[in-house]
Amino acid sequence: MQKKLLLGVEAIAQGAIDGGLSGVYAYPGTPSTEITEYIESNPVAIERNLHRQWSANEKTAMEAALGMSYAGKRAMVCMKHVGMNVCADAFVNSAVTGINGGIVVVAADDPSMHSSQNEQDSRFYGDFAMITILEPSTQQQAYDMAYSAFEISEKTGLPVLIRITTRLAHSRSTVETKELKSENEVHFPADPRQFVLLPAIAKRRYANLLKMQEVLGDNSEKSTFNTFEDADSKTGIVACGIAYNYLKETFNGAIPYPTLHIGQYPLPIKQIEKLAEKCDEIIVVEEGYPFVEQRIKGISQKIKIKGKLDGTLPRQGELNPDITNEAFGVKSENQYATPELVSPRPPALCQGCSHADMYEVLNQVMQEMGSNRVFGDIGCYTLGALPPYVAINSTVDMGASITMAKGAADSGVKHAVAVIGDSTFVHSGMTGLLDAVIENTPITVIISDNSTTAMTGGQKSHGENRIEKICLGLGVDREHLHIITPMKNKHEEMFKVIKQEVEYQGVSVIISQRECIRTAARKAAKKRANLK
Amino acid sequence: MKTDIILAGVGGQGILSIASCIGVAAMNENLYVKQSELHGMSQRGGAVQSHFRLSDKPVYSDQIPLGEADIILSVEPMEALRYLPWLSAEGMVVTDSTPFINIPNYPEPETITAEIKKLKKHVLIDANSLASEIKSPKSANIVMLGAASKYLQVSFKSLENALEEIFKSKGAAVVDVNKQALNLGREYAEKYIRG
Repeated sequence: MQKKLLLGVEAIAQGAIDGGLSGVYAYPGTPSTEITEYIESNPVAIERNLHRQWSANEKTAMEAALGMSYAGKRAMVCMKHVGMNVCADAFVNSAVTGINGGIVVVAADDPSMHSSQNEQDSRFYGDFAMITILEPSTQQQAYDMAYSAFEISEKTGLPVLIRITTRLAHSRSTVETKELKSENEVHFPADPRQFVLLPAIAKRRYANLLKMQEVLGDNSEKSTFNTFEDADSKTGIVACGIAYNYLKETFNGAIPYPTLHIGQYPLPIKQIEKLAEKCDEIIVVEEGYPFVEQRIKGISQKIKIKGKLDGTLPRQGELNPDITNEAFGVKSENQYATPELVSPRPPALCQGCSHADMYEVLNQVMQEMGSNRVFGDIGCYTLGALPPYVAINSTVDMGASITMAKGAADSGVKHAVAVIGDSTFVHSGMTGLLDAVIENTPITVIISDNSTTAMTGGQKSHGENRIEKICLGLGVDREHLHIITPMKNKHEEMFKVIKQEVEYQGVSVIISQRECIRTAARKAAKKRANLK
Repeated sequence: MKTDIILAGVGGQGILSIASCIGVAAMNENLYVKQSELHGMSQRGGAVQSHFRLSDKPVYSDQIPLGEADIILSVEPMEALRYLPWLSAEGMVVTDSTPFINIPNYPEPETITAEIKKLKKHVLIDANSLASEIKSPKSANIVMLGAASKYLQVSFKSLENALEEIFKSKGAAVVDVNKQALNLGREYAEKYIRG
């Protein structure tokens, strides 16, 4: 046993390693990235040679984990909330196949959209797949849940979803670790056709999943992750995950209402009914969507359910102690205001960033070709939407630049351009490019290749040194595939190539290739350190 | 006793190193700690902050409520002012005086200094120059940590030990220069407060 100062996500990583993990599969995404990074550099993980390399996207990650589970070993899949959309097919079906070795899926939600495009609540995915969801409130609990999640998964024969939100993911506290468990040996499922979801078998598997719902419910009723604190009041509280921390803060440690703290789902309905019996109203305090609030609305005729739907708490954004203070009539007092002279300081592309050169020249070309026809994607280069560039007209989901440009071109928009990074291209852009190649749709795809997954801190990109070959393999015409170097002294040459291809009435790809300056600097520093 | 600290700066200025140093020191003194930070998009040259809470009793919220921070420790003067709504009535601002100008509408630096000087309790330090004096401009953040060290609920020795633990892998010279930076910040802050 050791005491460590860990981020919530790191606590999950450590808990999984100690819980007998054999492999982590993930695509980087804030706020989930550090789970895999922690495992990558953990001495036990290295010694045991656990699988700890990045996957091309969340779907390939989820499927590989399912394969590891089939082989009897324990696997974890980590992603940000929107990654759940990418892996949803595999994720939902993994509850139907069930598991052999334990599977833990970690979804890191980002309410307030600190680094995301929506606030979707992953508990809905867990509910949709009908599996156990764990939602920690502290770093210690994040560790404990990850540690025991494999056992829960193996006992129930189903995957387990751990749902965290940004604040816990990226907050550090002291964690006490437990004994290191050994890994599972390779062993095949007792039923060799368990994972064959042909209708006849799928029906049987689905019936099993339905039957298991009662067991999962019972587990929640008995779970030590669901706790009750009594108090003398006709108002009751259901608090989920870290929402509980803010309540404790508001009431200085002693909540004057009977409070059910939820850390394990499906909801412990009996416990909620018991709370409802003694109360006139229940206030649900949860981070994300009004998931629990909606679930328990019909629990009793005589009781009022309050929360995000009736405005007791704000519907949008993450919670904080000021919000719970206000909801419960406890005063927050600030003495000072931010002086007016303080200007906002939004994130920006780094000095010397290769995307900046690309946007500068692309803007010059588009000035001639017409505005409102550049489709963007997800990565550092999304900042090209902001001044001084204001270069892109869309950012929706991984890979959507290419397919949206295609749809616009299909509608008759001339000179549609897609801007996508190398890592995003191999994550979800390749199939869209194939669509365009098949129809020879007149679009220009600029792959702004900085040879890394930069936005999340420079993880390895599966596109590194492969982009050109991939494009040729997908059938892009050699004549309309160019590699340019985005540098100040090459703007003229870049302009010529981009203009020529934007004018061309067919699929063209321009790979604008220069390494991320931060990654380059990190590599140089590492090299210097090694020389020493 | 509790100490709530807002750490402030611009992405890349090293506030997370300050945080990990206080974190290690606090853990070694068996204090309760919660330290929240943001990664991802907010790193790219934008404003960054971290809420650091330490106490001899359990800490509940990972975020500090408005008006309850005991210290704003900032490595950039305008960023120090951004988080004033979190500062308590008796709270203190300890900040580097060197502006980091990466936006077109950065206010006149003198007006920022004037705002900081209006505060009852503040320490304004040119940490960049001090760090350059010891030929380690990268240690400006540790100079600032030293400047705030008297108010952090952990002993100075613990902070020195934490630096040793954190920078050990980079060699004795790096440990030494950071300890120097810490001491320099401490001395300078004491001088500033005496006037």
